Amino acid sequence: MAAGAIMRVEQNTQANTQTVSLPSSTKITLTINGVRRELQVEPWTTLLDLLRLNLDLTGTKKGCDHGQCGACTVLVDGKRINSCMTLAIMKDGSEVMTIEGLAQNGALHPLQQAFIEHDAFQCGYCTPGQICSAIGLMREGHATTADEIRESMSGNICRCGAYPNILAAIQQAMAHRRNVDRVAGERSVNPIANERSVNP
Amino acid sequence: MNNFSYTRATDITSAVNEASREATAKFIAGGTNLIDLMKENVARPTRLIDINRVPLNRIEETKDGGLRLGALVTNADTAYNDQVEKRYPLLSRAILSGASAQLRNMATDGGNLLQRTRCYYFYDVATPCNKREPGTGCSAIEGFNRMHAVLGTSDQCIAVHPSDMCVALAALEAVVRVTGKNGDRAIPFSDFHRLPGDTPQIDTNLEADEIITSIDLPPKGFADHHAYLKVRDRHSYAFALVSVAAALEMDGNKIKGTRLALGGVAHKPWRSKEAEELLNGKAANSDNFQAVAETVMHGAKGFGHNTFKIDLAKRAIVRALKHAAQMEAPR
Repeated sequence: MAAGAIMRVEQNTQANTQTVSLPSSTKITLTINGVRRELQVEPWTTLLDLLRLNLDLTGTKKGCDHGQCGACTVLVDGKRINSCMTLAIMKDGSEVMTIEGLAQNGALHPLQQAFIEHDAFQCGYCTPGQICSAIGLMREGHATTADEIRESMSGNICRCGAYPNILAAIQQAMAHRRNVDRVAGERSVNPIANERSVNP
Repeated sequence: MNNFSYTRATDITSAVNEASREATAKFIAGGTNLIDLMKENVARPTRLIDINRVPLNRIEETKDGGLRLGALVTNADTAYNDQVEKRYPLLSRAILSGASAQLRNMATDGGNLLQRTRCYYFYDVATPCNKREPGTGCSAIEGFNRMHAVLGTSDQCIAVHPSDMCVALAALEAVVRVTGKNGDRAIPFSDFHRLPGDTPQIDTNLEADEIITSIDLPPKGFADHHAYLKVRDRHSYAFALVSVAAALEMDGNKIKGTRLALGGVAHKPWRSKEAEELLNGKAANSDNFQAVAETVMHGAKGFGHNTFKIDLAKRAIVRALKHAAQMEAPR
């Protein structure tokens, strides 16, 4: 799938766009980490490939590319999904948040900070997906106990086996949020967070 | 993944029209199975018809007091829906025992019914597979078949349907509502999926131009006495080796009605009315449940690696019925 080579950002002049043969490419609009972007995509480009190959947002990782490992987890309209199992064109008009969009004004998101404090990774390859998934988990508000958090994070594999520390980091971030009304940044990046996110 | 055209349908009629124009077109909703199959070159549609904007994403009460699940409601929104949790907890439990949180956020209820088997040979285009390429043979029958079916198999195919949700829907006797060129149909859940027979390439009785519009749950939800037991190789995020949806109507310790459906053992969620009727008017106890298990699994046939499923299923049936009757607590 040579999606990356052919996709084009719409900032190009009309003339430039016409020099590329794009019989089936379509213009879509995505708001990525708060920035609205008009993009020209081919139907078979996954959201993951669009982010990594075309927009250089390489924080989101490609692991299995089959929805099994969770390394590609991002938030679309506030919900965690596998970006490898999603065609970019299907998400036209959506808001996408990736690991690059979490820190606000130079301050790490509390989950990012918690991952550092709890040493919740070794190689780090799964970490962006783990963190985006955990943000989704906290917004959903269904998991509270350790067992529930483990179950709800089962779509994110860590081959280094940092699971106990990942769990501890998530629990710290959840405690942090119980102590503040809102986690700064999360809301400003994604205004569509569901109501449950306010009161986990 | 092959190149393909992409169309967006915004209403049911245009979706059906698009599908009937091009035999090799496919609907896409959540995409969690189709995109995977396309990456493996198992599915090679010439056109995807994106139905995500068709307004079928609501859960609402039906006139008969049941609940209508729009085909495009996500698995997560279904499992956590207040009405589903309260009135159909069996369905909620089954959905949440499948896939991962991310996939459940994407996958739709209609798509769940139409997902294809995860048979390794079906996915591996280098091997013969009657489901993928009719007439080439079945690699699983004499190959690795630990995940495969022990009931309702044919000499063409021993694949299993992978869904958890569908096992609960079978027990609840849901109705699948569909629309096609020839109008609307309501398909009883037990008639929706097929056994492999001589046409393992056809998973369901849905016509090519038909689209699922909703899955209707009858009023009876078995909220008081139900269990979904899933036995698998990992504690989470794994397909079932055997799963059991059990639902009972009880009067004291006496059983007035039984619904039992099995996953992981056949090409469709497996029910045995004969076994269910054994419990009519009987007491909830181990002996009676054991008799049910023996009847359900009568005629089961193992293929070597999966032969363990026969005994496993019997024990799972007894345990699920005990959970449903509240004779023992689920762990």
